[in-house]
Amino acid sequence: MHLKRVIPCLDVDAGRVVKGTNFVGLRDAGDPVELAARYDAEGADELVFLDITATSDQRDTIVELARRAADEVFVPFTIGGGIRSVDDAQAVLDAGADKVAVNSAAVARPELLTELADRFGTQCVVLAIDAKGVPGTTRGADWAPADLREADLVEGDPWEVFVAGGRRPTGRGAVAWAREGVERGAGEILLTSMDGDGTTSGYDLPLTRAIAEAVPVPVIASGGAGTLDHLVEALECGADAALAASIFHFSTYSIAEAKARIADAGIAVRPVRPTTL
Amino acid sequence: MSAAEVGAGPSASGDADDRDAALARPDGDRVRIVVVDYGVGNRRSVEKALERAGADATVTADLETIRAADGLVLCGVGAFPEGARRLRETGLDAVVRDRVADGTPLLGVCLGMQLLFDRSDERGGAEGLGLLPGPVRQLEPALGLKLPHIGWNSVTWSEGTTSPLRAGLPDGTAFYHVHSFVARPEDPADVVARGDYGSPFVTAVSRGRVHGAQFHPEKSSTDGLRVLRGFAETCLRCPT
Repeated sequence: MHLKRVIPCLDVDAGRVVKGTNFVGLRDAGDPVELAARYDAEGADELVFLDITATSDQRDTIVELARRAADEVFVPFTIGGGIRSVDDAQAVLDAGADKVAVNSAAVARPELLTELADRFGTQCVVLAIDAKGVPGTTRGADWAPADLREADLVEGDPWEVFVAGGRRPTGRGAVAWAREGVERGAGEILLTSMDGDGTTSGYDLPLTRAIAEAVPVPVIASGGAGTLDHLVEALECGADAALAASIFHFSTYSIAEAKARIADAGIAVRPVRPTTL
Repeated sequence: MSAAEVGAGPSASGDADDRDAALARPDGDRVRIVVVDYGVGNRRSVEKALERAGADATVTADLETIRAADGLVLCGVGAFPEGARRLRETGLDAVVRDRVADGTPLLGVCLGMQLLFDRSDERGGAEGLGLLPGPVRQLEPALGLKLPHIGWNSVTWSEGTTSPLRAGLPDGTAFYHVHSFVARPEDPADVVARGDYGSPFVTAVSRGRVHGAQFHPEKSSTDGLRVLRGFAETCLRCPT
């Protein structure tokens, strides 16, 4: 039976986890690979590393990260940030990453998605979309786009795609861009709500549902997870995976607790049971 | 339950874990497993996982090293015809066949498992190694399910299977899959485990010392490492 996924996300700057963590028992809480290995042991189904290093040697940084992670992490992992070309992706995949996530580079040059899919297969290509609601949208499950002003819509969408870490609007609608991205070769959408990100007040459920219904590939919901019920809501809205950072980094909840709550809600998920080699 | 308690396990990290898990041959060396390098697949990930499972793993196309191995792994991703062609062109198909005839255990992973079979329909079709009888055909998922099949899928073990791949794992154990094609073994006795993606499909096989996993044990966390360890243990029991 196909199982839905819980994915911890690690933001990495110059080889260090950006937000501090209060994980007990880590020798180095700032080391992304040690944290990732812990999440693997704890039951994470997959991991995402987003590199935000803003220097010219970013490619070396992400290749080294992929190489070290491949030594210690035995679940699939994605690397995003700094992938701008087929060569960048090749280096990261050769080092042991399973997938690459592209965001700004794909908005700037959508053909990149096709080039990546032709070379590595669509299963390697994750399109990361940062979306923000136009005035009048809310993130609750019961919101519908009925009473929005036509003039506020972007390409007919209630959500606009942003790049540069959510600072720069693109004039592209999130639903339209997701559709185009998948047509061009993306095998998965990593969908982050800029309105939800960092709030711990829940995912953007209407956005998640709209994208999941629009594309025939899995959608990873991201941005806003604060409780375990938030994870359940996103998966019930059509997401194939729920991504979260702070609730896991700060040990608010363990992966095991998240899995248990999702299973209790009747959603098939990989159970966490104590296993040893 | 705190994260620290949940996370306590041998796969957490660290060199000490590797030593604890080491599978030693009578001469004291670790069991030597070669990941046959025919230019296809995530060889590095498989190598690292075998090492974590207790083996001394090497990725190589060197014939001498392959002939000295206690066990062989054939991994691979991508299209069947391309994989079969590379295996043939490098001459590694003959070496693998020779070693299997000598009784050396072999594990095929993902495309590597498909290549164990007679032939595949993929992209015009191609011949495989013919070590296991049966064809490889496209998955037939139920309406609404997508190809490739990507993700964690829980499996059911064949009743009474004695395959080392089972490694004591219970029904419902989940493994990570990425594939569009699947083997259709002619002999039902070769089937070790089935997954379900709209309909059942074969995801692990064993026939004598030839084994195959359609899933990726190297990406299936501790349970996947246990499958690899189960295979490595059979290599230890087969002195060459």
